[in-house]
Amino acid sequence: MGLSAMALFLTGPFVWLLITSLKTGGNIFQLASFSDFLPSLCMQHFGPVSVPFPCFDNFISTLRDVPLIPRFFGNTVWICLWGVLGELLIASLAAYPLARLEFPGKTIIFTALLATMMIPAQANMIVNFVTIRKLGLFDSYAAIVLPSMVTVFGIFLLRQAYLVIPGELEDAARIDGCSELAIWYRIMLPLVRPALATLAIFTFVSYWNTFMWPLVVLKHEAKYPLAVGLSHLANMFSSNFRVVAAGSVLSMIPVIVLFLCMQKQFIKGITAGAVK
Amino acid sequence: MTLSKEARRTIVAYLFLSPALLFLLVFTFYPTIWGILLSFFDYNMLRTLDDGTLAPPVFVGVSNFERIFRDPYFYIALKNSLLYLLVVPVIQLLSIGLAMAVNRPMRLITFFRASYYVPVITSIVVVGISWKWLFRSDGLINVLLQKTPLLHGSVGWLTDRNIALFSVMFVTLWQGLGYYMVLYLAGLQSIPAEYEEAARLDGASPFRVFAKITLPLLKPTVALCSIISCISALKVFGEIYVMTEGGPEYSTLTLVYYIFGKAFNEFQMGYASALAAVLAVFVGRGKNYDRQSDALYRYCR
Repeated sequence: MGLSAMALFLTGPFVWLLITSLKTGGNIFQLASFSDFLPSLCMQHFGPVSVPFPCFDNFISTLRDVPLIPRFFGNTVWICLWGVLGELLIASLAAYPLARLEFPGKTIIFTALLATMMIPAQANMIVNFVTIRKLGLFDSYAAIVLPSMVTVFGIFLLRQAYLVIPGELEDAARIDGCSELAIWYRIMLPLVRPALATLAIFTFVSYWNTFMWPLVVLKHEAKYPLAVGLSHLANMFSSNFRVVAAGSVLSMIPVIVLFLCMQKQFIKGITAGAVK
Repeated sequence: MTLSKEARRTIVAYLFLSPALLFLLVFTFYPTIWGILLSFFDYNMLRTLDDGTLAPPVFVGVSNFERIFRDPYFYIALKNSLLYLLVVPVIQLLSIGLAMAVNRPMRLITFFRASYYVPVITSIVVVGISWKWLFRSDGLINVLLQKTPLLHGSVGWLTDRNIALFSVMFVTLWQGLGYYMVLYLAGLQSIPAEYEEAARLDGASPFRVFAKITLPLLKPTVALCSIISCISALKVFGEIYVMTEGGPEYSTLTLVYYIFGKAFNEFQMGYASALAAVLAVFVGRGKNYDRQSDALYRYCR
């Protein structure tokens, strides 16, 4: 009972958003009669039978008539693609020597990485903005991805995964004359696949929802990712609530589907190292 | 030319590290150092020289910091950011309760846990838009409250300057609950069940079991979650940008929102850097208590 009430409390606003997005006709903020609290129903034809069914008109018209919304989706997918690929590749490379090789300077690098924790990412935004401008990358997709191309979180997550691999595997390969690159690629990388999956999911979600930095480095709305684009549409003077509601619901779907499919990896990612 | 084994290994190690070090150097280490230096400069990116190029930074000593301490908006933002920390104890209490409620074998428990986590993975923009509409004078919350004897007029949840900050704090709390629930759930599950069972067999009341056994053993998790939520309360931005834009009458102006405006609306990069340095001191104080956990890395990036 209490759990259901909590579920309603924490998902209710999204349910309301969904209902709003399914409303046709009239003022969506008019809440006088009981029917105003329900989605509009249309007669939908399923073969020979016609039944009243929620209207998806807003979704169809949003995707068809507001070309910016599909554009925001495309931009977000593009940013996520580069962001996730970059993070996986660069972090899995960097974590390997930190976990498995001894070399001069390791402690210094390790300490320096730890020290970045002390810096709030938002404090770096000011200088990063200047850097992006000077590199001539202002208002580009590269500007969004480059500063977070690799994260210390990713390096440490994968380092933990490399650390638990038994040393015999590596020694055997080395005796067989494998190069370090081959050891990394053929032996280590396949063994840290679960950690790579966790990192990929986290990186994907954080890019999918990224908001403040793209807001800073983008100028043209055609380049906006979903979060920035939706807030832009919602803040416009003549904002169309139906379009914003439908776009918001659509924007939630990929992350929720991913979460439901990969719930275990999500939880593992959050709690990794949180409890000692 | 032959290299010793050690030298070869060192070269290999640095080759592996080089892409990451390059990115971190340019976008993490350099901005930190230059950011500190920049706080002693006057650097307005709207100012151009006669030939149309950007005017370079001008060294001004500590005058940016003097200006901060005379800036009334800084004090408003600081006060609001400190008030925002009220979210921290409330969110601990609620999420511990929530974690205990879902820490039992039960039908549908996975469904409940998953539903509590939905706000966490949703963009702050969608969360903000949803709540902004719910908080409208003719929004669902006012309409439902008006159906009860509690309320006759309507509450300006986001338009009343005495209420707006608390409404925004509520949304932060609402979005974060599921995240802290997961952390506390992991903490609870790391406590051996025998401890609580033994106490219960000895006749301890449920409250005493909680106060004397569960809570003390949960202390490391409480510490970690408090730090994470302190830092994120000081860094709050999206909620404010989407729902109130710092208003009404600066009542929801927070430090990060103020810095954002100075840097990216007014382009006073030197002054914004000085403000960011002050913020970093506050955030750094929180992080000092950290126990180097991965959860913290993720949260702080």
